Amino acid sequence: MTPLLADVNYVEGTLVMIAKSLIIFLFVLQVVPLILLLERKLLGRFQSRIGPNRVGPYGLMQPLADVLKLLSKENSVPNTAVPWMMALAPVISIFCAVVTLAIIPFGDNGAWGGNFGLYGIDVPIGILFYFAFGALAFYALMLGGWASGSKYSFLGAMRSAAQLISYEIALGLSLLGVVIQAQSMSLTEIIHAQHNLWYIVPQFIGFCIFLVAGFAETNRPPFDLAEGDSEIVGGFNTEFGGMRFGSFFMAEYINMIVIAGIATAMFLGGWHGPGPAALGPLWTILKMLLFIVLFIWVRATLPRLRYDQLMSFGWKVLLPLATLNVLVTAILVAT
Amino acid sequence: MTPYDPTADVIEVRRGPNPGGPASIYRVFGETLRGLKTTLGRVVEGPVTMEYPEQKTPVYPRFRGRHKLHRFEDSGLEKCVGCSLCAAACPAECIRVVAAENTPEHQVSAGERYAAVYEINMTRCIFCGYCEVACPFDAITMGNDYELADYTRSDLVFTKEMLLADPIEKTPLRREGE
Repeated sequence: MTPLLADVNYVEGTLVMIAKSLIIFLFVLQVVPLILLLERKLLGRFQSRIGPNRVGPYGLMQPLADVLKLLSKENSVPNTAVPWMMALAPVISIFCAVVTLAIIPFGDNGAWGGNFGLYGIDVPIGILFYFAFGALAFYALMLGGWASGSKYSFLGAMRSAAQLISYEIALGLSLLGVVIQAQSMSLTEIIHAQHNLWYIVPQFIGFCIFLVAGFAETNRPPFDLAEGDSEIVGGFNTEFGGMRFGSFFMAEYINMIVIAGIATAMFLGGWHGPGPAALGPLWTILKMLLFIVLFIWVRATLPRLRYDQLMSFGWKVLLPLATLNVLVTAILVAT
Repeated sequence: MTPYDPTADVIEVRRGPNPGGPASIYRVFGETLRGLKTTLGRVVEGPVTMEYPEQKTPVYPRFRGRHKLHRFEDSGLEKCVGCSLCAAACPAECIRVVAAENTPEHQVSAGERYAAVYEINMTRCIFCGYCEVACPFDAITMGNDYELADYTRSDLVFTKEMLLADPIEKTPLRREGE
C-alpha cells in the first residue's frame, strides 16, 4: 500500500505524543538562549574579544536579560503599516520554525526502552515536510516586510523573495541525492540506511551544497541579505519591536537548530556513534552542536554577499552542481 | 633641471583575475578557507581585552595625567611659592593662583610667599604640561591618573588640598622600556 501524504510510519499513543512534543518544545526553548549566548561568546573569541560576561557567572544570565528587555518594550506600529499582518508575520515565522522541529530525529525507536522513538513524528514524506514549512516561513519575512509600510522593510522582503528562489531549488536537489541513495524520504529510514557509511562520504558534494544553501535558508551571514543591518537597517524586521522582533529572532535560532538537525540526520548518520543505542541523542546533539559552531564561525568570517552575487551564485554555481550531483547519483544507484 | 617625465612615477596597478569561470569558484573556495583560518587564529591567540574597571591599562612614566602638587619630604613644607608662572604659561588659562605672605607663625611654603588659593579647572585643562615646565621649584608635575570623570563641573575644579593629596587609587605604571 502506498503511504498517504499525512500518514506516519509508526503510530504512538496520544499521551506519548503529547509528552514528546512538550519535551521537545521545552528542550528547544531552553537551548535557544544557550545558543544565543554561545554565539555571542564565540563571536567574541573570533574577534579577540571576551564576549558578554557581566550578567551572572560567565554571562549566563545575558539571554535572560535580553529577553526581559524585549518583553518590556512597546510593539510600535507605523501609520503606514497593516497592523494585523504585522501581528501575523512573527507568528508564521515561529510556527514554521517549531513545526519543523518535530521531524528531527534524536534517537531510534526504542533507544531508551519502551515503544517510542526519540523524535516528534516520523512522517514518510520527511524531508518534503521540512521543505514545505521552510518555504512557508518565507511568507513571514515577506508579509512582515511588506506590511510594515516602510521602504527598508520592503527592500528586505523583496530580497528575501529573491533569495528564496535562487537557493531553494539547490537545497532540494542537494538532499535528493541522499534520498535516492537511501530509497526513502523518512529521516529515520535515512539514518537507518547510514548504519555502515555516513552519507557525507558518498554525497560530499551534496553536503557542501546543502551547507551553503542552509546558510541561506536560515538567513544568516553571509546570506543575511533580508536583514542587512548595515544597508537596509534590519530589513524586514526594521519596524518590529518588543517580542515581535524577539519572535523573529528566536525563529532564526530555531531554524539554525533545525538545519543542524537535518544535516546531522541526512549526512552525519544521526544517532549513530560509538556506545549503546541509548547514547543516540547525545551523539545527535553533539553533531548538531558541531554545525552550530560552524554557523557561528562562518558568521564571524565572511562578509555579506551582494544581492546580484547571491543570485548568480545560486543559479550559475549551486544549481548546476546540485543537478549534476543528483544525475550522477541517480545513474550510479540505478546501474 | 631634468625635464618633466610623466611616466617616471607611474605605478603599475596589478589587479586580480576577472571573476567568473571554474577558476573563480576555486579561488573563492580557497579564500573562504583562508578567512576561516584567520578567524580561528584569533580564537587560538585568545582575547586581548582589558576588562577596564577591574584591570587598568598601565601608563608610561611620562604620561601626562592629573597634576600633583609636591611638598618637601623632610620639612613637609609646600614647594609652591605662589609665583603664578604656571598660570601665566597655561594656554587654556585653567590655573588660578592667589599668593599670600608667609609669617613665622604660619609657615606654609619654603619661600617668602605661598599659594593661598591654587585651583586647576580640569574641564579646561588640555594636559599640555607647560605648567610643569614653567615651575621654577618643581612644585607642580603631571601625575599618572586619567580617571577624571565626575558628576558636576564644579567638582572638576581641583583645589590645592586635592592636588597635594595622593590619588585614592594608584594608576598602574609601565616599567621603563616596556
